[in-house]
Amino acid sequence: MEFSELIRTGQAQAELLRGPEMPPLRGTLCVTGHHLLLSPGPQATPDLWLLLLRSVDSIEKRVAGDAGTITLRCKDLRVLQLDIEGVEATLDIARSIEALSSLESVITSFPFFYRPKGLRLGEAWHFHPPERYYKRIARETRAWRLSEANEDFSLCPSYPRAVIVPRAVDDDALARSARFRQGGRFPVLSYYHAPRGTVLLRSSQPLTGRQKLRCAEDEELLRAVLAEARPGARGFIVDTRSAQAAKQARMTGGGTEAKAAYPGWKRLHRPLERGRPLQESFVRLMEACGDPEQSMDRWLSRLDGCRWLSHVKEALSTACLAAQGMEWEGACILVHGAEGTDSTLLVTSLAQLILDPLSRTMAGFQELIEREWIQAGHPFQLRCAHSAFSHTRPKHEAPIFLLFLDCVWQLGRQFPLSLEFGEGMLLALFDHSYASPFGTFLCNSEKERCLCEVRTRTHSLWSGLNQPKEQRKLRNPLYVPNPLAIWPSVEPQSLRLWQGLFLRWTHPPEPSEVAWEKVWQIATDQKTEGSQPTDSASEPQP
Amino acid sequence: MEHIRTTKVEQVKLLDRFSTSNKSLTGTLYLTATHLLFIDSHQKETWILHHHIALVEKLALTTSGCPLVIQCKNFRTVHFIVPRERDCHDIYNSLLQLSKQAKYEDLYAFSYNPKQNDSERLRGWQLVDLAEEYKRMGVPNSNWQLSDANRDYKAAICRCSQPLSGFSARCLEDEHLLQAISKANPANRYMYVMDTRPRLNAMANRAAGKGYENEDNYSNIRFQFVGIENIHVMRSSLQKLLEVNGTKGLSVSDFYSGLENAGWLRHIKAVMDAAIFLAKAIMVENASVLVHCSDGWDRTSQVCSLGSLLLDPYYRTIRGFMVLIEKDWISFGHKYSERCGHLDGDPKEVSPVFTQFLECVWHLTEQFPQAFEFNEAFLLQIHEHIHSCQFGNFIGNCQKEREELKLKEKTYSLWPFLLDDQEKYVNPLYSSTSQKPAVLEPNTVAFHFKFWRNMYHQFDRTLHPRQSVFNIIMNMNEQNKQLQKDVKDLESQIKQHKNKQTDGVLTKELLNSVRPESPALKTSLCLKEQTLLPVNDALRTIEGSNPADNRYSEYADEFSKAEPAVVSSEYGVARMTC
Repeated sequence: MEFSELIRTGQAQAELLRGPEMPPLRGTLCVTGHHLLLSPGPQATPDLWLLLLRSVDSIEKRVAGDAGTITLRCKDLRVLQLDIEGVEATLDIARSIEALSSLESVITSFPFFYRPKGLRLGEAWHFHPPERYYKRIARETRAWRLSEANEDFSLCPSYPRAVIVPRAVDDDALARSARFRQGGRFPVLSYYHAPRGTVLLRSSQPLTGRQKLRCAEDEELLRAVLAEARPGARGFIVDTRSAQAAKQARMTGGGTEAKAAYPGWKRLHRPLERGRPLQESFVRLMEACGDPEQSMDRWLSRLDGCRWLSHVKEALSTACLAAQGMEWEGACILVHGAEGTDSTLLVTSLAQLILDPLSRTMAGFQELIEREWIQAGHPFQLRCAHSAFSHTRPKHEAPIFLLFLDCVWQLGRQFPLSLEFGEGMLLALFDHSYASPFGTFLCNSEKERCLCEVRTRTHSLWSGLNQPKEQRKLRNPLYVPNPLAIWPSVEPQSLRLWQGLFLRWTHPPEPSEVAWEKVWQIATDQKTEGSQPTDSASEPQP
Repeated sequence: MEHIRTTKVEQVKLLDRFSTSNKSLTGTLYLTATHLLFIDSHQKETWILHHHIALVEKLALTTSGCPLVIQCKNFRTVHFIVPRERDCHDIYNSLLQLSKQAKYEDLYAFSYNPKQNDSERLRGWQLVDLAEEYKRMGVPNSNWQLSDANRDYKAAICRCSQPLSGFSARCLEDEHLLQAISKANPANRYMYVMDTRPRLNAMANRAAGKGYENEDNYSNIRFQFVGIENIHVMRSSLQKLLEVNGTKGLSVSDFYSGLENAGWLRHIKAVMDAAIFLAKAIMVENASVLVHCSDGWDRTSQVCSLGSLLLDPYYRTIRGFMVLIEKDWISFGHKYSERCGHLDGDPKEVSPVFTQFLECVWHLTEQFPQAFEFNEAFLLQIHEHIHSCQFGNFIGNCQKEREELKLKEKTYSLWPFLLDDQEKYVNPLYSSTSQKPAVLEPNTVAFHFKFWRNMYHQFDRTLHPRQSVFNIIMNMNEQNKQLQKDVKDLESQIKQHKNKQTDGVLTKELLNSVRPESPALKTSLCLKEQTLLPVNDALRTIEGSNPADNRYSEYADEFSKAEPAVVSSEYGVARMTC
């Protein structure tokens, strides 16, 4: 397919309005295969304005007289307005943008063409999280092993090639357990909590069905987990569905672990919203955020009505529950819902941030996302196909990763010194998960990424973000390593709307950038001066 | 004291306000002439000043004892369980007596003695001097003899009460005074008259022979209603807010619908909008503004003081803010004693008018993090003391009453004590130079108004962020200064040694002799590998707090094992009022 077939018109004169914070831009508008460009006239600023077409969420066009207006709502929640000279040009450009922004083919997407200066292909793809993570825990315990039973993705298409499983369970047993779990997602290790020797596991629902089927290997696997942890250790299965929903799942072949079949394990139901209701919550929140004229009462009632903060609270409190089980009860925790690719990952990744100081560092957080989201098979391509503005009826879209980022932001607000990364990092991850020049968030699973050769043909987001020039935006200047678990308050009075994201383009929150700059200044003064006295003292030495 | 029957009760339980599992601390309760004191088994002290008590309730007897609930004006709520009903009854009765005094002379301020002599006390009272302030504003000048003006503008903020106009009454002298005010401003021919009440209320007042200015009778005025509700609406709004907050197991949805129903943030926005209107009239149109409500000491004080704060950066400094409170609130007769219920009086006169003002200021500090010299703790501390009756500043209802009480001779002023502790109240991000437009133009879209958790839950530490950015930045700033000083000291020492040692070579021993003299340097060196900052222990302990403090789920019991016996919930800040 040639992009040129989809481009109706090369260029037009246009004016771009970018919201209250930025001045309008006039110049020549141009549609290319992957971008919308605006090249200002010679008198204006020399900067070229560029928009990745993939980041367009919805497009509206209006024509009046001999001019037209296109409103672009972007996946990063920005709203742009283009005033274009000429009715034909307007319609052509709108059609071109519509066609190009909704292309589904992965291998013709921009990451396969993006070749930035200063980065080398293949860089930072060297993370092999399961292997790397296994090395870390192998120093603490011998009870687990790295299995390559899924080398060819035959056991589970949404798992990576290597997973961490109990040493006592062999690959054949894994294969049988995989057949007993939806999508082949048998229980694997997500996090080893060294201070208490307890573990966090994740999986999908067991396929018990109406007949209440059982699987000896699956039962053996979970039995082995408890046996390895400590004699008499207890386990809790955190099911992210309501008891009723879990029961109903039996009608369609799913279900839950029967009490009698898994001695020592106890089931807890913590229903978390997912799928369409979550997407609708996001859409309604953005509708409320788009109306600055509304009264105080209307705003509070819409904020309540969209239920977004309730979802934040539920996600955080479920993660805290899982963490509490490991840290205070010395219990092993298995988390799953139905598919085990959405709310399950939300809970396991948040629980790690709460318990594990390493995951709160810049490198550790990247590793966490790579291991617990990307390699763990969160279907980014399906979930992030559209953001809050799309007119098309949502199919598989759900802002579950955004919900995760919001929860991390809440943690960061309550523990402002304990995360090495700042709000900028979370915003960048949100933007890139929906549309990115990098390949990291492409596809739905490791298997798909291998087929598309994402690792060799695109750049890794991590190599982009880890460039020195990006650091000031992404890091938290106040970071101080904190070896303890961070237990957030989940009371409604302690949670706050993430203005920096939801109102980023319309009503940017305080502290303003200037104030933030001042914090940086104080913090860096601190760090450079911390070493200064030594320098000046040693200076006169021969 | 005759009201105190029992001074000490042992084995009293203090319940966690939000815990659903009736978690509690056991300790001893002491009753003194001024305070109720609870010391728990970890020796942590909780002090409650009698004057802070808004409500004492004795609930029905339970198997574990007699519950005593105390709600304070500084938004602390404590729930004790006293083992014997007799003791509970005694304490309850004593507190009823002690928390409501009949005479001013029985207030704490008249017995409080910070060990200062008379001249120190007098100097304290002179620290904030209004005559000085009017001089600073540049009045009296040729246009103004008395009243209130703004330094940078020829336009002025004036204030008064409602006219007694009824349906048709006029007062020529009043009309002339307004004309004079208008004429005093050479830059603009007209002036605004702002009535801060909703139009309906003002109209209703006409039936009682009061009302508002008739534009036909006054030349060159522009009349404007700004719709701030009266003290009774505000009182019940706060009441609703506190009911929502006090709910155990509050859901997000209940919280936001409760916030909406209470209307509190809507009222805050109304006050803020009025102040912005005032500031714009002065700044953009250069017009003088006369502000009034009914009596001219509640809404008028809110609007005038906030307007001044928007217009003049001086009031955003620590000292300037004190002057502002003295000027627009104390000297213009805001009825502190009635609004705060200092004495046993009419509960209908109590209203959180000043609290609203402080909340508006807090919202401004959130929107303009660099514009204010003071921080949130300063606002909270002032709020603490409008109710504490520990200092004379807020006692009485008007200047006349205050003079009759001889407050300056018999009590102390709060301001010097706050100034002594200034470093606690400084905003580390404050920058007097970065304020390019000296006038603040806050945005009052609904998104920007947030629930002020640190005020209404100031004693509920479990709801707070576990680490404080302000503390850490203050620490960093302190250390930066200390390190800079060390650098200078070391450099000068090196110079001296160089001069002494003819060969100019600095030996190892010499360096070693320098090093121990600098404590900050020592810490910074040894901390370098791991952390750069000494993290204070309180912060750390808070982080390690028990997850059981947070109601993650009703399933907590599902982890059938009992909760860990020892709860190390040391929340660091135990605020004391004395």
